[in-house]
Amino acid sequence: MVAEAEPVALRATGTVARRQALSRASRYVLLAASLVGVAVLAFLIYDTIDLGASRLSWDFLTNYPSRFAERAGLRSSILGSVWVMGATVLFAFPVAIGTAVWIEEFAPRNWLLTLVKLNLANLAGVPSIIYGILGLAIFVRYFDLGPSIIAGALTLSLMIIPMTVIAAQEAIRQVPSSIRDGSLALGATRWQTTWNHVLPAALPGIMTGVILAVSRAAGETAALIMIGAFTFIAYDNTSLFDDFTTVPIQIYQWTIRPQEEFRQNAAAAIIVLMVAVFTMNLVAAIIRERFRRE
Amino acid sequence: MSELQVRARPLAGSEEAAGGAATGASPSALSEHANVEQHDFEPPEAAVFSLRDVSFFYGPKQALAGVSLKLPVNRVTALIGPSGCGKSTLLRCLNRMNDLIPRTRLTGKVEYHGQDVYAPDIDPVEVRRRVGMVFQKPNPFPKSIYENVAFGARVNGYRGSMKELVERSLRQAALLDEVKDDLRKSGLALSGGQQQRLCIARALAVGPDVILMDEPCSALDPIATLKIEDLIRELVLEFTIIIVTHNMQQAARVSDYTAFLLADEHGAGRLIEYGKTQEIFTNPRQKRTEDYITGRFG
Repeated sequence: MVAEAEPVALRATGTVARRQALSRASRYVLLAASLVGVAVLAFLIYDTIDLGASRLSWDFLTNYPSRFAERAGLRSSILGSVWVMGATVLFAFPVAIGTAVWIEEFAPRNWLLTLVKLNLANLAGVPSIIYGILGLAIFVRYFDLGPSIIAGALTLSLMIIPMTVIAAQEAIRQVPSSIRDGSLALGATRWQTTWNHVLPAALPGIMTGVILAVSRAAGETAALIMIGAFTFIAYDNTSLFDDFTTVPIQIYQWTIRPQEEFRQNAAAAIIVLMVAVFTMNLVAAIIRERFRRE
Repeated sequence: MSELQVRARPLAGSEEAAGGAATGASPSALSEHANVEQHDFEPPEAAVFSLRDVSFFYGPKQALAGVSLKLPVNRVTALIGPSGCGKSTLLRCLNRMNDLIPRTRLTGKVEYHGQDVYAPDIDPVEVRRRVGMVFQKPNPFPKSIYENVAFGARVNGYRGSMKELVERSLRQAALLDEVKDDLRKSGLALSGGQQQRLCIARALAVGPDVILMDEPCSALDPIATLKIEDLIRELVLEFTIIIVTHNMQQAARVSDYTAFLLADEHGAGRLIEYGKTQEIFTNPRQKRTEDYITGRFG
């Protein structure tokens, strides 16, 4: 293969050509794999919109549920969802952030810390219906809160705390240690360093984690059914101690009815829920990108 | 005075505070450890820091062995030596930054104006107020220039005019003229040399009397380096400066005293020679010092 008076061969031949072909082929195979998920989602969205889009209207959003499909609406379930998610964030946010800060900044590196971290990882994988059973036993029955918004919020908080802690931990760990060193070298205490430098820097990542956890809670059905939200609510929620229902539960209630019209209602409600969850994820992505550029 | 610019006064009872040459540690304290290097050099000025037989361990690994020296007030002392000889470790022992690393241990005594810095009732936060530090890679906070300088003073309870303090510190760090048009600009938008001077300014704002510098110019270009060296010669009129440097020309240019460290066969850093910079570089007493300075190794 010695090039004497000939120009050096730079075009791919032989084994190089084969390797290149394999590399090109793998690109398409991996692309196809990625598109499978997108294709499934696209099909589901298309199918749902096809079935339910005609049912969407302002009345649909502002009517209470009813035995008559054409009169049934999402009013009470939207309000219920908003109340529950709001209260959930109120409970879960401080506990999750506090836990993450303790783990990353303050905890001595001993067996207790290892136990807590192991515990959190396990809890993040526990099926949501278990949290529902737990919530039923503790909040609904033992604390006698009944199947109320606050019981639902506390139950969902327990469910989303582990995943929020893990996301917040990641965000805090991303803050470079040079910032902490700089602050501590000036005579700041550990808390002053955390509050003034670490948390502000980690906030975008933490917010992303919180928003993703909330959108998970928004779609939660099994846990809330367990605590008793599978009821017919025909009034606006005005207190944390009200009985309630949520959009996913309403969807479930409609899908198990035999009439075709209720299935249309369910499809329309699914569109509403999808738009809400999609918007929340979009907001999370925008926040992440804006702060990353800074 | 409510201002933080009051220097920490030497505490009552320290023999160094009496000025003039202290006669050094008594022989009995040193002879406890058989392999302590005996040094008879002590700077004639009063000592801000007095290290006696200091050894430092990262877990099981020993990083410093039996280091004893006195660091003089209002002078620049350079710590030089090849990589891994423990000079940064030694520097970080002075303001207890090594406390932040788990499983570290220090034996021996580190005295600051006669007080044992590692005594159980001493608060490392208080130590760091009085002994400031500038790091190798400039690390300004992702905030405005004003906030960078004000932060240290604020968390330490400064009650005077913050605006004046910020401007004064920036002027002392030779940065004010370059940034005074917009102090709200982000600290990260400055050049490398400017960022390092910003880090110096924020350390000054806390009102220390000692500034530790860990290879402050190694991440900077030659022009920025010279600016900082000039700044060091100005600052030493008011402060005591201890600088770790890889760059021997820099040590020769900038420092009054130089300490040369070397890792022994177990990897523990030992003080080989300590003296006036001019003598260390023109007429070193130890062969190992001469070898390092002339570039035979390191």
